[in-house]
Amino acid sequence: MDLSSISPVTLIVSLMAASTPILLAALGELVVEKSGVLNLGVEGMMIIGAVCGFIAAVTTGSPWLGFLFGAICGAAVSMIFAVLTQYLMANQVATGLGLTMFGLGLASLLGHSYTGINPPAFSQIHIPVLSDLPVVGRIIFGHDPMIYFSLALTFGIWYFLTRTRGGLVLRAVGESHDAAHALGYKVIRIRMLAIAFGGACAGLGGAYLSLVRVPQWAEGMTAGAGWIALAIVVFASWKPGRAIIGAYLFGGVTVLQLNLQAAGLAISPAYLSMTPYLATIIVLVIMASDKKRQSLNAPASLGKTFFAST
Amino acid sequence: MNLIKTLLAGAAVATGLAGAAFAQDKLKIGFVYIGPPGDMGWTYEHDQGRKAIEEALGDKVETTYVENVPESADSERVMTQMALSGHKLIFATSFNYMDHVMNVAKKFPDVKFEHATGYKRADNVSTYSARFYEGRAVIGHIAGHMTKTNTIGYIASYPIPEVIRGINSAYLAAKAVNPEVKFKVVWAYTWFDPGKEADAANALIEQGADVIMQHTDSTAPMSEMKKHEGIIGFGQASDMGQFAPNPRVSSIIDNWAPYYVARAQAMLDGTWESTDTWHGIKEGMVKIGEMTEAIPAEVRASAQELADKLASGEVHAFTGPINKQDGSAWLAEGETADDGTLAGMDFYVEGIEAEIPN
Repeated sequence: MDLSSISPVTLIVSLMAASTPILLAALGELVVEKSGVLNLGVEGMMIIGAVCGFIAAVTTGSPWLGFLFGAICGAAVSMIFAVLTQYLMANQVATGLGLTMFGLGLASLLGHSYTGINPPAFSQIHIPVLSDLPVVGRIIFGHDPMIYFSLALTFGIWYFLTRTRGGLVLRAVGESHDAAHALGYKVIRIRMLAIAFGGACAGLGGAYLSLVRVPQWAEGMTAGAGWIALAIVVFASWKPGRAIIGAYLFGGVTVLQLNLQAAGLAISPAYLSMTPYLATIIVLVIMASDKKRQSLNAPASLGKTFFAST
Repeated sequence: MNLIKTLLAGAAVATGLAGAAFAQDKLKIGFVYIGPPGDMGWTYEHDQGRKAIEEALGDKVETTYVENVPESADSERVMTQMALSGHKLIFATSFNYMDHVMNVAKKFPDVKFEHATGYKRADNVSTYSARFYEGRAVIGHIAGHMTKTNTIGYIASYPIPEVIRGINSAYLAAKAVNPEVKFKVVWAYTWFDPGKEADAANALIEQGADVIMQHTDSTAPMSEMKKHEGIIGFGQASDMGQFAPNPRVSSIIDNWAPYYVARAQAMLDGTWESTDTWHGIKEGMVKIGEMTEAIPAEVRASAQELADKLASGEVHAFTGPINKQDGSAWLAEGETADDGTLAGMDFYVEGIEAEIPN
């Protein structure tokens, strides 16, 4: 065993890339849940984003259009969920699970003739001088643009939720849709927008997976990433800043355990693989333990169906 | 996740088989896949075998398949549904379906089962596998010549004999041509997870490996290798030719088609019997994919020679003297491994510095 052979710099660089798809999906779901809607279809929306983004990038030759199209398609399939749950009052849990299954199936169908193709390259930025600095150069200045976008998005969502009127309204809808409705806010319209945003983020995360991280299309390639994103939202106790920590923890553990194995450390991968989930459970226990920690809790109206009174 | 896969698998069986209920005269053949046929690796080749049956026997047969079937009780349900819907021959194409195949086979004595890479048989259960380790020896030989860092990375799936055998075989062949060579093994604990497989390749490259071998099913490690300079790898299960000439410099191809056609023909002739088939390069079940220009000509020649000798039986991939990892003697000078030991191989050979997880 030689731990010194694991370079912390390369480890951090690769864990950031590994975590970006789940971070994007988790941020979207966070906004959705903040508006009081539980969408369990993240996995389905992600894989739709992965396949649509891939197809668009291969067809047009532009990864940027791929990302855009992935986000649009993610938002489009999320609208199925939105209409069913917001207008037809379907159960959110069942509809979300249905969306995942639908997404996986549809993605296989769409991607049928796209296996084994290489997408156009999406390269890392290179700023002269800065990117060549030791250590910081690679950690801060050596990523692809989508990683910076995911970080900016985290800040943007934090700012929106906590510092703007729109964010306040969204949170109000999530905490008590009846009160928000009584104040005259359009509960359903706000939730539709939140769901679409969540779908776009999940689609973007999926597109990142198929265009940058793997990069190719393979059926079922999300392999549970959407479910991890859902766990991250809970782990983060619905706070965008903590979603970064959660995503980097979940993604980091996978990368770390593979690196430890490659370095020859004889630790069962099972232990490391379970740590993020263990951490999530601990967070849940802490939240439930004390009334004072109410602020950590889930939005009060989460998952509840809203019936407009008059 | 499993729940969803089950539901999907169930739905796929229901819809896939409903339409087939009319044609009674045809021999119905079912395939159970661990991944999607579009993985361009393991399942892809099984699906090529399925198509070969349809092509060779035409109207006399009808094939169906269910993809993404987990190696759990779910597979039992899929196979039961196949048997109930009139399939007379069922191919289960992953190792851990083994006990489930046995369970279903007991309930349907007149349905014949073919289980890939397993070792449990019954009157209506055959097993078949390919001597992948012969292919591993050939790519190990190439790897030993090609590595500049003397470090070869190996993305392993699960610690089962088939995988361990491949690591040993590749190591011995690499070591034979390059005594300095070291193996780094990463267990991914999955057959198919492109993201994780890519991460594993990346971790190995960061640890100094410049030749990567994989025993997982997707082409994601190839994509990862492509991002780095001077890293080479080998197509696994399928040719993965879209990554040639670099990073894919050669490949091990599982060629199931002749066996599948023969077994289906035996069913039609009424001559099907429970057998244990383990074919290698000689019979054509293992094929070495085209070696690209990235490999020096003399290495290509010596690798081809090794493949030919493995085929003719002149050389065995496990020929003594070989010690086990703990230093105890396994094969004496000139002795070759028997199939029983190979089939149950649960130890590394001497020289590999890693531990098999349990």
